[in-house]
Amino acid sequence: MSEFEPKIVAFVCNWCTYAGADLTGTSRIKYAPNVRMIRLPCTGRIDFMLLLKAFDQGADGIIVSGCHPNDCHYTAGNFHARRRWIVFRSLLDFLGIDTKRVHFAWVSAAEGAKWAELVNSVAEEVKKLGPYDEYKNLLSRGIE
Amino acid sequence: MARIGVFICHCGENIAGTVDTAKVAEEAGKIPGVVYSVDYKYMCSDPGQNLIKEAIKEKKLTGVVVAACSPRMHEPTFRRACAESGLNPFLCEMANIREQCSWVHEKTPATTEKAIELVRIIVEKVKRNKPLYPIKVPVTKTALVLGGGIAGIQAALDIANAGHKVILVERSPSIGGHMLQLSETFPTLDCSQCILTPRMVEVAQHPNITLYTYSELESLEGFIGNFKAKIRKKARGVDETLCTGCGICIQKCPQKKIPSEFDTGLGKRPAIYVPCPQAVPNKPVIDKEHCTYYLKGKCKICEKFCPRGAIKFDQQDEIITAEVGAIVAATGYDILNPDFFPEYGYGKYPDVITGLQFERLASASGPTLGVIKRPSDGKEPETVVFIACAGSRDPAKGIDYCSKICCMYTAKHAMLYKHKVHHGKAYVFYMDIRAGGKMYEEFVRRAIEEDGAIYIRGRVSRIYEEDGKLIVKGADTLLGGQPIEIKADMVVLATAMVAHKDAEELAQKLKVSYDPYHFLSEAHPKLRPVETNTAGIFVAGACQAPKDIPEAVAQASGAASKVSALFSSDELSREPVIAVVNRSAPPVYSTCTGCFLCEKACPYQAIEREEIKDRKGNLIKVVARVNPGLCQGCGTCVSLCRVKAIDLQGFTNEQVYAELLAL
Repeated sequence: MSEFEPKIVAFVCNWCTYAGADLTGTSRIKYAPNVRMIRLPCTGRIDFMLLLKAFDQGADGIIVSGCHPNDCHYTAGNFHARRRWIVFRSLLDFLGIDTKRVHFAWVSAAEGAKWAELVNSVAEEVKKLGPYDEYKNLLSRGIE
Repeated sequence: MARIGVFICHCGENIAGTVDTAKVAEEAGKIPGVVYSVDYKYMCSDPGQNLIKEAIKEKKLTGVVVAACSPRMHEPTFRRACAESGLNPFLCEMANIREQCSWVHEKTPATTEKAIELVRIIVEKVKRNKPLYPIKVPVTKTALVLGGGIAGIQAALDIANAGHKVILVERSPSIGGHMLQLSETFPTLDCSQCILTPRMVEVAQHPNITLYTYSELESLEGFIGNFKAKIRKKARGVDETLCTGCGICIQKCPQKKIPSEFDTGLGKRPAIYVPCPQAVPNKPVIDKEHCTYYLKGKCKICEKFCPRGAIKFDQQDEIITAEVGAIVAATGYDILNPDFFPEYGYGKYPDVITGLQFERLASASGPTLGVIKRPSDGKEPETVVFIACAGSRDPAKGIDYCSKICCMYTAKHAMLYKHKVHHGKAYVFYMDIRAGGKMYEEFVRRAIEEDGAIYIRGRVSRIYEEDGKLIVKGADTLLGGQPIEIKADMVVLATAMVAHKDAEELAQKLKVSYDPYHFLSEAHPKLRPVETNTAGIFVAGACQAPKDIPEAVAQASGAASKVSALFSSDELSREPVIAVVNRSAPPVYSTCTGCFLCEKACPYQAIEREEIKDRKGNLIKVVARVNPGLCQGCGTCVSLCRVKAIDLQGFTNEQVYAELLAL
């Protein structure tokens, strides 16, 4: 059997991280092809139930990334996302969902290289963790 | 039933070189709901767009997916093409298989597989797209220009001459900026003040321009066409309407030994002062940190002598609210703090100075009236060493970029010095000479060949004092790194241009992005160089990147023409990506429960309370409503709504979940 290739879903804001990932492209910096982008206007738009849906659909790892604190295109959406993530993380932990599977980051429109590094490091880490079967096992035990 | 067309672009070799586009088209054709799928060399070209337009008509498409470059690049292009064919433009979306796929991955099956999945994600989204219609908003035809340097002046004059109102805000007591401090300008050696001061006067007298000096932007709200700016007019201590600019207060002020900011510390000024005699407006400011009255509670000599009673010690800062439709940021640059170079001894040796200080020494209006005298003892320096790239292009010091103007002004400095001190020796240490520009290379050659500046390719490692001379130690890399030691009387550092110290704070107020060096970012490095990624906010001059005067002026005129184009219509249309609260038939009316969490979270105060009443006028319930003029579409309210009564048009829950289901 070939090597495990993780499926990573990235929830990114349109103004910073999506533009940053475009810059990675214009700069021709290579990174792991495991990531699938979900573009949203702002990290504030991210309902964290979306993350569970992504796991449900077989994601092995998740990246949530937006503008740096104070740089949000919409003033404060990233602060909402950050607070929500802190609360949500405790909930995930309580439910027995591995929080190491979710990476929360700030990547600005100027940080093309940082985006490549982020994807590579997450891909590598998730590869080490292996396929996320535990979530499916949780589901079969009827947690949802 | 959805009828989706998928159009895969090769982008020449850019996509097709790494992604098997034919396979993507084949696989896309198998997605349920896709009725047409095709790949083509250049989808954005005329024939490519025609392919889409014809398919919309022939295949009766209800949605279009273009898999090509980033939507930030060509989404407007393809949406326009759809609209021309009668399809609502918001039924067209792009799958980014170039910037986020072909350009960042190797040519492997995994890359093609990713491209297919990206297409599938967007197809599932588009199936659930709804036709949307642009929102019309009125335009306030007044522009706010931030910064009164040459870029701000040019932008303000261009907009004002096009017949629109302009508010020009300058943080210092006078407009003019750094250009007013310069002696002569390359490559023509025009006197800087001679060409600038008439423009400054024109600004002050222009009927369409309102000038606020010694003022700063306090806050900004709103959006393109409808911004609301608060401007803090700092207390001058002088009533500008009464002051005639006679200057008696300046002469009589007993506190005369304050280092002048305008003269870069080489000259002195009193506590009540104008930066320079050509200042616009020619109205003084009291420096509260040095004024004896503010420090000790007595003096008031200026008040005693003022013939107009214009001195107002108790004047307070004033907040001015202005409604504007567009903003031009032209806030300029700072020069690198030379404390950065302990090895060059700036601050330790008074005769090690910056390029800007040399400008003041060489300027006819400067502290030495244009005679080159070294700061320590006022003697004429016989040997001067100019060091280019002082800070620039030095990743070890955190500045990777080239400051662009230093090669030219260093050549100019060497030239000006030789013109004034004929027997003097001018040495220039440089890394490379970058003289791209009209008549620039010729200018540098003139400095070397006609004026005899001695250019040494190499960097200076250290400067120290010995027997009253500055010993400059360097190496000549053209001679294989041969060590060089020059006994100099004065050293001039071509210090890097850096972003203004307040640039980050300004960017946050304006909600525009900025680069790692804190220069404001343009919307596109090539095709949208004067716009920012916030609609209605433009950039001009060195706040965007280091640049020289003609470039700053060109960019300012560019920004001004963008503003004029924006002001040419009475209303503009905005993207309808906004939140909406659902409404339904009685007895539900809306699933909104009226908790108003959204009201607290909305950064734009766009959530309103709507009372739902029955026919008799009895209140049934209070629900949220989104003001479409204020909503900017961030979606923060959507994700926190407990009952999912709010949704974001263009990024609805249904659409985003569908994207995930396509994984």
